Amino acid sequence: MRELELYFGPQHLGMVGNFSITLKVEGDRILEATANPGYLHRGFEKLMELRTWIQNFPLVCRINVVEPDHMEMVYAMAVEKLANIEVPERAHYVRSVYLELARVGSHLFGLWAYANMLGFDTVANWAMYHHDLVLDLFEELTGGRVYHIYIWPGGVRRDFPEGFKDKIVNTLHSIGGCVPDYDATFFNNPLFYERTKDVGKIARDEAKRLGAVGQVLRATGMKFDIRKVEPYAAYNNVDWDVPTREDGDVYSRLWVIRDEMIESVHMIFKLLDKMPSGDVYNRVPNPFKWNIPKGEAYVRTESSRGELGLYMVSNGEDKPYRVHFRTPSYTHGLIILEKLLKNASIADVGNIMISLYVVAPEIDR
Amino acid sequence: MTKKSKINKGSFLDPFKAIRFLWKKPKTLRYPFEPKEPALRCRGFHLNDWDKCTGCGNCADICPNEAITMVEIPELKSKPEEGIKNERPKLDYGRCCFCGLCIDICPPGSLRLSRDYFHIHFKTDTFSFIPKDEKSDKENFLPAEKYSVLKASLTHRKKDYEGFASDLKYSLFEPEQVPMPHVKPEERKLSFIEQVIGYNKEEAKKEASRCLECKLCEEACPAHLKISDYILAIYEDKPQESLKKIFEDNPIPSICGRICMKHCEEACSLSIRGEAVAVRWLKRYVADTIKDYKTTLELEPARPSGKKVAVIGAGPGGLSVAYFLRLKGHEVTVFDSLPGGGGMVRIGPPLYRLPIEAIDKDVNHIASMGVEFKFNTTVGKDILFENIMKDYNAVYLGIGTTLSRSTKVKNAEKCLLALNFLQENKIGKEEKVGKEIIVIGGGNVAMDVAREALRLQHMQYPDQEVITKTVSLEDWDIMPAKKDEIEEAKEEGIQFNPAWGPKEVVLDEKGNVKGLLCMKVKSVFDEQGKFAPSFHEDKEMFLGGDMIIEAIGQATDFSFIPKELFEKFEFTERRKVKVDGNGQTSISKVFAGGDIVNLNLDAVTAIADAKIAAEGIDKHLSS
Repeated sequence: MRELELYFGPQHLGMVGNFSITLKVEGDRILEATANPGYLHRGFEKLMELRTWIQNFPLVCRINVVEPDHMEMVYAMAVEKLANIEVPERAHYVRSVYLELARVGSHLFGLWAYANMLGFDTVANWAMYHHDLVLDLFEELTGGRVYHIYIWPGGVRRDFPEGFKDKIVNTLHSIGGCVPDYDATFFNNPLFYERTKDVGKIARDEAKRLGAVGQVLRATGMKFDIRKVEPYAAYNNVDWDVPTREDGDVYSRLWVIRDEMIESVHMIFKLLDKMPSGDVYNRVPNPFKWNIPKGEAYVRTESSRGELGLYMVSNGEDKPYRVHFRTPSYTHGLIILEKLLKNASIADVGNIMISLYVVAPEIDR
Repeated sequence: MTKKSKINKGSFLDPFKAIRFLWKKPKTLRYPFEPKEPALRCRGFHLNDWDKCTGCGNCADICPNEAITMVEIPELKSKPEEGIKNERPKLDYGRCCFCGLCIDICPPGSLRLSRDYFHIHFKTDTFSFIPKDEKSDKENFLPAEKYSVLKASLTHRKKDYEGFASDLKYSLFEPEQVPMPHVKPEERKLSFIEQVIGYNKEEAKKEASRCLECKLCEEACPAHLKISDYILAIYEDKPQESLKKIFEDNPIPSICGRICMKHCEEACSLSIRGEAVAVRWLKRYVADTIKDYKTTLELEPARPSGKKVAVIGAGPGGLSVAYFLRLKGHEVTVFDSLPGGGGMVRIGPPLYRLPIEAIDKDVNHIASMGVEFKFNTTVGKDILFENIMKDYNAVYLGIGTTLSRSTKVKNAEKCLLALNFLQENKIGKEEKVGKEIIVIGGGNVAMDVAREALRLQHMQYPDQEVITKTVSLEDWDIMPAKKDEIEEAKEEGIQFNPAWGPKEVVLDEKGNVKGLLCMKVKSVFDEQGKFAPSFHEDKEMFLGGDMIIEAIGQATDFSFIPKELFEKFEFTERRKVKVDGNGQTSISKVFAGGDIVNLNLDAVTAIADAKIAAEGIDKHLSS
């Protein structure tokens, strides 16, 4: 059969984000896949070297459009570590609640993309609606729907508004009430099973070797979560579990995402119950005169896509000397995707890609 | 499909479950008939209250995208002494990312974000505009009942639509000063110990770190010291650099660091919602930290010019003009009737505010530069003014106001005069005071007199009940003394009787002071704003006291100038010596500055005058 070269993206209906894959196909079978990043390169890491510590705070969130919150968190953590800033106890809880909300929101958004790709339009619309409800919560808390610009060095930018606790609980209950609907129409749907079972399968050892993190790794049965391994914020103060699956295929990954959402919602309820009162912000020094002592820091958080790390060097000046992000989509999108697409059918490209949760802006920093 | 599904395929009736959704309401909003109401903290377009905005430009400095530029608004007035510039931020929404850092840095809290988040217009330049407050901007803001999405899309926004606003708790600047350690009131009223202890290195650095570098203070300072530069040097732990910056405009930092009237702190943008940066104490920190100015400054007088300048009066103005002229290479001689330098600051501010050593540090440095001081020399008595005019190429009059005014009420001659009282105590012998003292006046001198008198009372009558009270024409709201001065006086137990005017000093049979009869004040100023007190003649009050000190103001003593020369002097309407832009009086050789020229009557304004006069004299001598 004749070998063909097929361009998948960046302008392709099945492609999410500014990203492209070049496929070498023979009939319906993919012989080789090459990921082409760079369509969204904005030079964030370089830009950050030119801005002061506080000016970077509204910038970092823009690295990941879908889930900006963990970017804020990892930046705040790195600055706090370098400058030795204490964070009030309540701020830790507020941060955790906020980050878990972000995880729920991000997973719902991912579910929308995935269901849409598979043709489950109803489920996609539900997910989008519920994602919007989470955005409403963010808007109420931070004033922004997409870029919240909320976690900053020293704590968070504003405390919960009045009655916000109840609002979170109500919203999460109304989303949680639809879980049976989601299960009946999507997760337990034989069509979903048929399309995903044993597709894009990766073994645990291989996943580890290729640097998989997050759901991709947990779907192979590995209980690895930075929130457990290296607890930050208030994750150590409540009881929760890391959901895993064994098979390492698309089906397992989607189920991990579903379970994780539910676990996050339970965690938020527990965090809200235990939340102490007090301040949420320890004032950082005057931004025009803020020099951070010489040093370097590596911090990591568990974003909704997996381990998100930040390496930052300060030269004792008012700006970072070097910033480097270790983003989960980088390994997932450039290495594991290429590997999993080999021998897959063309119809499964989107299927595998979205199940890996690749977000293009994370790759092009 | 080869794979076998393990999942139960379910009943064929399952799809009918969807019927229940028929009775649910749609989730989507039908825009524009149902516009979405934004959250209360929504970060939309900017609002700026022009009345509160000071034009400090901190928003423009912090903006990560350089979306804000400060634009001069000609119809607004700059008021440097209040710290207000006629500049307002202009927003470029092609750059703005709505992060709101400008809101959190805004010191007056005038800049806020509205809850308007969309903007459609035929003209592209409307995307960049100078935000105003919704209350003052009638053109762009509509009341809720007139609001529609169509109108809103043409830059008409809804009134009272305030979103993300500033909150002091989360501000990016520190609103509170590092507390200055003071000697406690109970302790300090027993002696003349210096009340303010002074910042240590850590405290000074922390206080210096609060400065936002907006430089409103530099415009407010009469002498335009480079305040933000020398504060930055303190923050960077380079007090030497800081001292060099200070000396460019002010050669007496040790004095000014203690008694300056701090116009800068009134203009400080942080003072609007918090406390101003303690500029004066930071200057004092630098002056106190550096033991020897001369080795730090590394400044030497220029090549000798061969010209001689006489400076009459070794007050702040005289000292400054002598220093600046000496640097230019002129030979300077300073005449003063007091035994040391400092002039009014030597006798006026009590020892607990300005110790003699602090004054001498500055004076000795100026003397070490080669300025000749002739103390205990009264011009007109020990040396004639005519001779000075003959022997010197230029003369600077920095004579200040050395005569205390009297109320001239009945028996006023039995009262003491403020300056005599202060001078005697500070550089003469300690005065015997009464147990119940009345101080007439509500200005800073009156506060000094009252607080000094209280200390003397406590020292002379230990463990006895003593009272010091003040009487002033002005009520609390217009009392001319500085607020903190009044507060400290209150802390020490001084009683105030505001809005009472003296009518008569009451004497007992032996002719000793028994008390003061007062009248209630109707108003202090007339309609033109001139000082013309009027009284309720029928409302009287008697204040008992065995000693009365008058501290109601001072006048200048021109008696040393010969009559025919004095007649040549021109005066302004407010009875001040008229000088031109070079500090030159109507007599070409004579320059003047300080309290006899300006209305501020303080040390830093005298330094400002001296700076101008020094340039003027130099120009005069080299022409």
